[in-house]
Amino acid sequence: MPLGDVSSLALLWALIKALILITFVLVSAIFFVWLERKVAGRIQDRLGPTRVGGKFGWLQTVADGLKLLVKEDLIPAHADRMLFRMGPYVALVGAFLAYMALPFGNQAVALEMNVAVFYMLAVLSTEVYGVILGGYGSGSKWALFGAMREAAQVVSYEVPRSLCVVIPILAAGTLNLNEIARQQVGGFWNWYVFHDPFTFVAFWVFFTVGTASCKRAPFDLAEAESELVAGFHTEYSGFRWLIFYMAEYGSMFSVSGIAVLLFLGGWHTGLLPFDLSDRLGLVGNIVNILVFVVKGWVLVFVMMWVRWTLPRLRIDQVMMTCLKYLLPLSCALLLGASVWPLVVNTLRIGWMY
Amino acid sequence: MSAEALFFWLLAVTTMGCAIAVVVTQNIVRAAVWLLFTLGGVAGLFFLLGADFVGATQIMVYVGGTLVLIVFGVMLTAQSPFVTMRAGAGEWGLTLVVGGVLVGLLAGVLFLSPWTGPQSDSAAPQSRSVALGSDPARSQTVRDLGLVLLGIREVHPNGSIPVPIRDADNNPQSVPRREIGYLLPFELASVHLVVVLVAAAYLARARRRTGSPSS
Repeated sequence: MPLGDVSSLALLWALIKALILITFVLVSAIFFVWLERKVAGRIQDRLGPTRVGGKFGWLQTVADGLKLLVKEDLIPAHADRMLFRMGPYVALVGAFLAYMALPFGNQAVALEMNVAVFYMLAVLSTEVYGVILGGYGSGSKWALFGAMREAAQVVSYEVPRSLCVVIPILAAGTLNLNEIARQQVGGFWNWYVFHDPFTFVAFWVFFTVGTASCKRAPFDLAEAESELVAGFHTEYSGFRWLIFYMAEYGSMFSVSGIAVLLFLGGWHTGLLPFDLSDRLGLVGNIVNILVFVVKGWVLVFVMMWVRWTLPRLRIDQVMMTCLKYLLPLSCALLLGASVWPLVVNTLRIGWMY
Repeated sequence: MSAEALFFWLLAVTTMGCAIAVVVTQNIVRAAVWLLFTLGGVAGLFFLLGADFVGATQIMVYVGGTLVLIVFGVMLTAQSPFVTMRAGAGEWGLTLVVGGVLVGLLAGVLFLSPWTGPQSDSAAPQSRSVALGSDPARSQTVRDLGLVLLGIREVHPNGSIPVPIRDADNNPQSVPRREIGYLLPFELASVHLVVVLVAAAYLARARRRTGSPSS
């Protein structure tokens, strides 16, 4: 935000926006942890948490959080104390910065940017630093291996992720996330996932790559319990460990949010022929925000579903999936999406004459 | 102090502190981490100036590139963790001389240049508010950059920002002048990057061992 002639009111407003976003990230992390346990329980044919807070165990995460707060904060004797302490915060800041440019509804964004998509891609890839700092600073072999795997995975998966993001941008013609979502108003056939065959495939590739970039199973080699104890956060306990989890769940929602905005019509329901915020003003925008959040939650739910259904890949399989399959696939999709409008226009003109 | 100045000093002091820490610290991974924060601070300065694209590029290219540096640092020190690098007195002296000369040169340029920016123009307030991009959403950074890289550059008499300046009756006051864009440098950079990519793939390919008895 440029502060050339900023008033104290604007500064206060910016502070309020940041506070709302932080609250959203933390509260949705609490919700996601509870949801993850319920989903895992149901998929494994058990109930998950049931007791804490009366029905459905809805206070389970809060109870766990309180337990983690009072746990002893251990730092290993061989740790690089500065990097060890810094790791979780760097991860959380990386996850949080992406929310600054994420529009929840029409103009309901902390900072509407002309280069929002580019900014989000740049910021999302900084979350890995927290993992590497934590893994290296722990002074433990397990943590170091986990961190190095994570680095290799992120560097590789960044390439197909960026290529897949470019494909709907080719159709939209702008990098402004608010504009991209505005263009998908109307029926769900206007969503960019149904724009042409290439964007349809690109959505699935992007979602796969997004799952991998959140280090979620089946791509969670950085914390593979069967091989590396707990990977990069082996040595963490208490509140610092909790912060790593908040960063992970925060980035899950922001990646899902990008997928919703780029491919799934953003805050549009896909049933109404107009934007609710244009007709109903503030009320419409609140409905829009709810629609967007629910869409993001559905994608997060799919990530959990995948996690508890598929077996974990090996590290060589993870790298092979990216470099041998997803990367050529996304290159081909990009090429196809570039040629598509030319072909369609040529056919249309040929049909007219 | 205005909020702008406050944020500038906050960012500038953080960036410079981290930059000094890069040089002073003796652990190679810590140095890379301080470099990370230095580059991030520079990105913050770009955002403060309203240069959204440059700021995001700074994060993407420089902050992202530091990842590889950190990975190499970790791999180099993985055998004996937290190995320290001690610089000798001669190295310190040489570094101080080179750094001092550079600082002197930059400070000289800074203080001796006549800084007649847009402030001295008649259209000062207009161009300043445009340059600061009072609304980052309405700014046309990406579109302008794309057109310039495709070879279309529009230059206005009162600045290089192609925003049509209109008078009270909403008539365009100045007609943009078409100049040569940057299509050739853009293409050269693309070809250069492709060559680098092919060369990297060539160097990193799995070589079949020649001369060994098995082959």
